[in-house]
Amino acid sequence: MSDQGTYIKRPNRPLQIYAMVFLFVLYLPILFIPMFSFNDSIYVRFPLQGFTFQWYGELWNRQPVWNALWNSVKVGAVVAVISTILGVVAARAITRYRMPGKSALVTFIMMPLVIPGIIFGVALLVLMSRMGVPLSLYTVTLGHLIVCLPFAVATLLPRFEGFDPSMEEASADLGENGWWTFWRVTFPMVMPGVVASLLLTFTISFDEFIMAFFLTGTDPTLPMYIWGQLRFPQEFPSVLALSSLILFVSFILVFVAQWIGRLGLDKDT
Amino acid sequence: MTTSDGFISIRHVNKFFGSFQAIEDVSMNIGQGEFFSLLGASGCGKTTLLRMLAGFESTSSGEIYIDGQPTSDVPPHHRPVNMVFQSYAIFPHLNVRDNIAYGLRKQKLPKAKRDEMVEEMLELIKLPGYGQRKATELSGGQRQRIALARALILRPKVLLLDEPLGALDKQLREQMQLELRALQRQVGITFVFVTHDQEEALTLSDRIAVMSGGKVLQVDTPAGLYETPKTREVASFIGNMNFFQGTVRRNGAAMGAVETEGLGHIPVPLDQLTKPDGAPVQVALRPEKFELSPTRPEGALHAVEGRLSNAAYLGERSHYYVSIAGKDQPIAVSTQNLGRMTGAPDISGDAPMWLSWAPEAIVILDADETG
Ligand SMILES: Nc1ncnc2c1ncn2[C@@H]1O[C@H](COP(=O)(O)OP(=O)(O)O)[C@@H](O)[C@H]1O
Ligand SMILES: [Mg+2]
Repeated sequence: MSDQGTYIKRPNRPLQIYAMVFLFVLYLPILFIPMFSFNDSIYVRFPLQGFTFQWYGELWNRQPVWNALWNSVKVGAVVAVISTILGVVAARAITRYRMPGKSALVTFIMMPLVIPGIIFGVALLVLMSRMGVPLSLYTVTLGHLIVCLPFAVATLLPRFEGFDPSMEEASADLGENGWWTFWRVTFPMVMPGVVASLLLTFTISFDEFIMAFFLTGTDPTLPMYIWGQLRFPQEFPSVLALSSLILFVSFILVFVAQWIGRLGLDKDT
Repeated sequence: MTTSDGFISIRHVNKFFGSFQAIEDVSMNIGQGEFFSLLGASGCGKTTLLRMLAGFESTSSGEIYIDGQPTSDVPPHHRPVNMVFQSYAIFPHLNVRDNIAYGLRKQKLPKAKRDEMVEEMLELIKLPGYGQRKATELSGGQRQRIALARALILRPKVLLLDEPLGALDKQLREQMQLELRALQRQVGITFVFVTHDQEEALTLSDRIAVMSGGKVLQVDTPAGLYETPKTREVASFIGNMNFFQGTVRRNGAAMGAVETEGLGHIPVPLDQLTKPDGAPVQVALRPEKFELSPTRPEGALHAVEGRLSNAAYLGERSHYYVSIAGKDQPIAVSTQNLGRMTGAPDISGDAPMWLSWAPEAIVILDADETG
């Protein structure tokens, strides 16, 4: 009787079944991608023909793939660092200062989440061409910053909200100015959130396609490279192999980010 | 600014949050090495006043001097005061040693010297060998001690404590009260201590400021507050008090005298009597100042007959309520149970009781405007 847990936490059979079905339907199409990437045929159709690493091997020896990967890593790293720094500043400002229109501000910061990427993409493309800025990895980076900033803020806000303001006051009281207080108290305490934000924004930028589609110049990112390869049917298995790798890495990064982001949050009172 | 104004001198300080006035014209002096308490109900502005001393809140007007220096332009990290926060604010990402040594960075001490100072502090707070513990592994009482050590290691001129014992259970709280008092004597630093617990304030303090609604009602020693409260609010905030309406009627005797509701024309101490003849006053007497006896006590200067209307046996003491003619509310009387008692006395017979008191125990207050 007593180990049934509380009313809310009691196991709920129908809900569990619903969750399983939901996850299955969500991930089933995606599971086909790694499955066919090991299939010994250039045609994506059943029945499977046999197991092979051939497509992965081909990828390994293809220079354009490495170039695109390097482009994506560069853009992702820069986007992760900048959007996380901006996110820290924004989350701190939102939680520390009493200001009018705070909730409106938060809504505006979160807005890119619901505005279709194609609208932002077109808008930025128009803006860039008006200003005569040539398309390059820099313009892609700019586009990705807009996409990633809401995720950075959303990851960091709970960290700053769960932060007892008397911690910073205690540091000031013990003789440290704002700069040292930030580095000795604030930053270490929000560190898990910062790491989570870096990983998450890197992954989002790494996977992003629509902004890149509008804003890429001559250097493609990895998703753009995949898009380019789709025209050649014989390349399709390699595309599947590449996609599987991206899926795998993204999944790991997001999982780790979630895990780190919650470190210490549950235990705290 | 002369030293006689006190080590900390608070001058006509006001504090507004928007249109809400949290502190209203507070002025007081706190001496060097004093254990000084701010006592008042929750929301009366104690924390706000303490935070103004620490520099976390600015004053809306007025000035605070610490050791002769005006403080309004001094940020918290440059003030010679340290604070023990209500939540303790122990840094969770640092171990005990690094928490205690936090404020030492600027002194650029060699590591050995710093560790030695931390060990000394751990001795002082009776937690030797705890340096490597994680902050998250500490009990409430231990966190409170670490917060103390972290502040004291900087040898501040003033230590501010915001209800530091509020989160502890009763037994630990009483033990920490004794330790805190001993510690303060040992280090000789001025303590400004915030509490809403009158007993705690009376136990610990050299002097107490009683606050209410952002104002300071009275600043006095514990005995001064208890024996000679200046207003009805202070008198009823600290301990229990019986109040009687009265009118000053001197009759040329060495003592003053007041015509008092229910008690008759009674002598009162001269130093209490500043009002002219005919002025309305309140006569206040604490429950334990009365003596009870079933017959008229012999030799008593003044005694009144009443009837016992209620009684409660509380172990160490008993509480009685005695109704007297000419006063609506019964008088509360508290006596120590010196001999062996057999429960509360029998009150079924509406027993007559005589009340007597020493005139020196009487406190005269201004008449209550509110009635
Ligand atoms: N930052 C603030 N903004 C607005 N009102 C405040 C602020 N800090 C305190 N107050 C108000 O000032 C009053 C006194 O608060 P406080 O000093 O914390 O009381 P105490 O410590 O005696 O319980 C309370 O009514 C509180 O609501
Ligand atoms: Mg308070």
